[in-house]
Formats: sequence, C-alpha cells, structure tokens
Amino acid sequence: MHNRNIWFWLFLTPVILGLGLVVVIPFIYGFIFSFTDWNGLTATKFLGFEHYINLFQEDEFMSSIWFTVKFAVVTVILLNIMGLGLALLVTRNIKTNNLLRTVFFMPNLIGGLILGFIWQFIFVSVFDDIGTMFGIENLQGWLSTTSTGFWGLVILTAWQMAGYIMIIYIAYLENIPKDLIEAAKIDGANGLQRFKSITFPLVAPAFTVSMFLTLSMAFKIYDQNLSLTNGGPFNSTQMVAMEIVRTAFSDNQMAYAQAKAVIFFLIVAVIALTQVYYNKKREVEM
Amino acid sequence: MKKNKEKRNLFSIEILGIALGLLWIAPFYLMIVNAFKTKREIFEGVLGIPDSLALENFVQAFIDLEFLKSLFNSVLITGLSIAVIILFSSMAGYALARNKSKLSGIIFFTFVAAMLIPFQSVMIPLVSIFGQANMLNAGGLVFMYLGFGCSLSIFLYHGAMTGVSKTMDEAAIIDGANRFQLFWYIIFPLLKPISVTVGILNTIWIWNDYLLPSLVLSEANATIPLKMFYFFGQYTKQWHLALAGLTIAIIPVIIGYFFAQKQIIKGVSEGLSSRLKANMIKE
Repeated sequence: MHNRNIWFWLFLTPVILGLGLVVVIPFIYGFIFSFTDWNGLTATKFLGFEHYINLFQEDEFMSSIWFTVKFAVVTVILLNIMGLGLALLVTRNIKTNNLLRTVFFMPNLIGGLILGFIWQFIFVSVFDDIGTMFGIENLQGWLSTTSTGFWGLVILTAWQMAGYIMIIYIAYLENIPKDLIEAAKIDGANGLQRFKSITFPLVAPAFTVSMFLTLSMAFKIYDQNLSLTNGGPFNSTQMVAMEIVRTAFSDNQMAYAQAKAVIFFLIVAVIALTQVYYNKKREVEM
Repeated sequence: MKKNKEKRNLFSIEILGIALGLLWIAPFYLMIVNAFKTKREIFEGVLGIPDSLALENFVQAFIDLEFLKSLFNSVLITGLSIAVIILFSSMAGYALARNKSKLSGIIFFTFVAAMLIPFQSVMIPLVSIFGQANMLNAGGLVFMYLGFGCSLSIFLYHGAMTGVSKTMDEAAIIDGANRFQLFWYIIFPLLKPISVTVGILNTIWIWNDYLLPSLVLSEANATIPLKMFYFFGQYTKQWHLALAGLTIAIIPVIIGYFFAQKQIIKGVSEGLSSRLKANMIKE
C-alpha cells in the first residue's frame, strides 16, 4: 500500500512541478500583486482596487475590449459559415477532396506571426496594385485606417482558421447515417430540403464546439495582431492580449497590467463556463 | 438521365472546390513569386511573374535570418519540449487513471481546469519569478512548455488508458517488474498512437509560438518566429528580402506537412474533440 503511494507521487512529480511553477503559482501571485504597486520585483504598498477602478476608466483599454468583442462576433459568424461550407464541399464524392482538405488546413500549421507578415504584403502591396489597375479606390491604403485594419484582421483570421473549423464539421458530417440521406432522396427531398431537415440539425452540435473554440481564440489573439497591424493606426486595432503585453513590457506598469490580465481571465472564464452550461443543458434535451 | 445530372452537379462542385483551393493558396503564391523579384520589379507590379530569378534575395535572407542557427534552436527547443511533455504526461496520465482515489480525481480536475487560464493572465508573474531564479533561458523555456502543455496531454493519455487492461499491470508485477519498468516496457508502447497525437498538437503550437520565446530568449538564441520578427523589423520597406525570408521560414513546416498530412489532420481532429470533452467536465 505504502509502496503504491510512492510510485503514484513519483509519476506525478514532474507535471505537478510544471503546472505549479508555471501556471498555478504565477496565477495566484499575479492576482495578489494586482492589488499593489508591484513593479515586477517588489511591492511596497497595498492599493486595493485602485488599478481595477482605473482600468475601467482608461480609454485605450476599453477600446481594446470593444475592438476584441466586435472582432470575436464577426469571426465567430464568418468562420462557422466558411467552416461548414468547406466541410460540405470536401465531404462530397469529388476527386480532389483530400487535396482540398490539405490545402484549406495548411495555414493553421504556419504560425500567426508569419501569416500576419505575408498578409501585410498582400493588403499593402497586392491590394494597392489591384486597386490601381482596376481603379478601385477602396482597395488602396489598406491597414492604414481602423476599419481596413479591422477587416484585414478578420480576413486573415478567417483564411487561417476556416480549415480548422472545417475539421470539426467534417467529423460531424461523416457521422450522419448514409441511409438517412438515401431514404430522404427516395422520398423525393431535394438537396436544399435534405440539408435543412437532416444535415443541418445533425451538425448543429458542431456549432457549439466551434463557437467555444472561435470565441476563445478570438479573445486570445496576439501574434496576428502584432505582425499585421501592430495595433495601428494610433492603437485603434489593438486587441486585449496585445494591450496587456504593451502595458507590462513597454510601459513597465506591471501591477496595472496584471490587473488587466485578471479582468482578461474573467472574460475568458465567463465565456468558457457559459459554454459548459449551455452544453450541459443541450445534452439533457438531446 | 438522373445519373447525368448528378455527374454534372459533382463536376461543378469540383470546379468550385478547385477555384477555392487556388484562392486559398494565392497568398503563398504571391509570397513566393515576389520573393524572386528585385526591389524594382516589385515596385512595378506584384501580380506578374518575375523576369529573372533574383536568388540573391534568398542568399541574403538566409544569412540575415542566421537560418541554420534559428532552425537549430527551433528544433532543439521544440524537440526537447515534446520529449518532456510526452514522457511526463504519459506517466501522469497512467498514474491518475490507475489510482482511483478522491485525491487523484482532484489532481486530474486541477490539470484540466488549468486549461481555462489564458497565457496573458500568468505571463507577467511567470517572467518575474523565472527571472529572479535566473531561468529565462532555453532550459526554463522547455520547463514552461511542460507546464503549459501537460494539461491537455494528460487528458489525452488519461482517456487512452481506459483502453489498456489492468491485467497487463498484474502480469508484469507477478513477473517481478517494478512500476517504472512496467510503465516503460509495457504501457508506454501501447500508448504510441496517442503519443503521436500529443506530439503533433504540441509541435504545431510550440514550433510557431512567438510571445513566450520573445519574453524568455535573447536574440542570440532566437527560434524561427522570434528571429523572423527581428528580421522583418529590419526590412520593413524591402519586400523582396522580407518575402524571401518568409518563404525560407515556412519551408520546414511545408516539408513536415507533406510527409505527415494524414496524421496531422487526424491528430488535430482528436485534439479538438478531447478539448471539448475537457471543457465539458469543468463544472
């Protein structure tokens, strides 16, 4: 019995040390120091909620939250439409379906930082050239305004992540019993009717999954933001994650940045927990 | 008659698919084509094919990226992190799955719940603590990847353990094996498929990670994404060099994808479904 316990703890020690020193202790440590004047090394004063009150009155932080929320709403909708569309396409009996899966998924393997740089070239140079060639003024000066920066980030994210969301929808589409579709065909249902009454209800749970993934991804996005717009012009396309990094490591306001990080954690946690609640409720219904 | 219509339908879907596929790889096409142009040619037009191949772009980007060195750093850090994550998470997943006590349930739950914490929420104290311990180096980085990567990996191994019968353990113990031998020679080989998935998921993430290495590593020990960031800053208005550098940087990934595309897509799909399950057990 005693012997058994020793091996149990021996097997767990490395990961407990890992999670403890890298996630749990910094998390608690950071939470405590967000109430002080901590400078990254020492804290001299307890400030209570001062940082928390200040951050809600800071325009830059609030605008980064709003920008992130808008971005999240748009990308969740767009990614689900694109993910389902691509999945429907590559689950058809076409010759190129495996090749297409590979192609659509490819951007996910290349880091967000590098993808952002590639798209910076496309928006700045390629769009500009096409715009000049065809006389479309709207294509010129991309990434130089807040709204083109916003849509630039949306396009980059949609292109990068659609293949990832596609994988989820493929898994659900391939689980639909073939005889169900066949029976509907025999009954004379057309493609649209089959989609509406069979395919769509059966892939609906995939939407719950991908909503969680896209939402949390949209809130945590950093690399793409940094390499595509670098937050500009005038910090107007700066998302929450970037705003925290800047406050901490460029402005050197560690405790204040940590307070923002705590709020950030709460937002992400609320999204995740709402999702769990929603999932559980659904399960009961099904 | 009906067959014909269906064939025609499939044909138009095929065409649509190919068109979308081409649209998808257009960014890569534009990157590569322009990487072969001179600065002047890019200025004159980005859509055309280059007149001559400006290979000197690649030579200079290769040198400035210190590509072999950053590739070595990336391989070393990713490789070590993956090895550590696979070894220690599989051990933990095994121990937690075999020991059915309340405490072991609480430990498992803690690991899963930790997935809820976004990186930015622990980043500042993490850098502070590791800085004071003089651990802001490659070794410290590998340890950090273990801390961030072990949760999902333990979850995957824990799930896979339900497929490994307990009689294995008993037979080996009767034959006189100790726990570590039993794990290493019998259980670990059985977990190989899930180790592949764990390896793939963590490789994609660690190989491409920028923020954590940027906080931990100096430029001399930079990984590919980190070096790319410095390199790009240097050549902001010189697209011919910047694009050659980007092309070089993604070559290792494309080669890897070419050889392991089936396993990668399968691994990601498994990872997705278990991330969802993990999300559901958090109450």
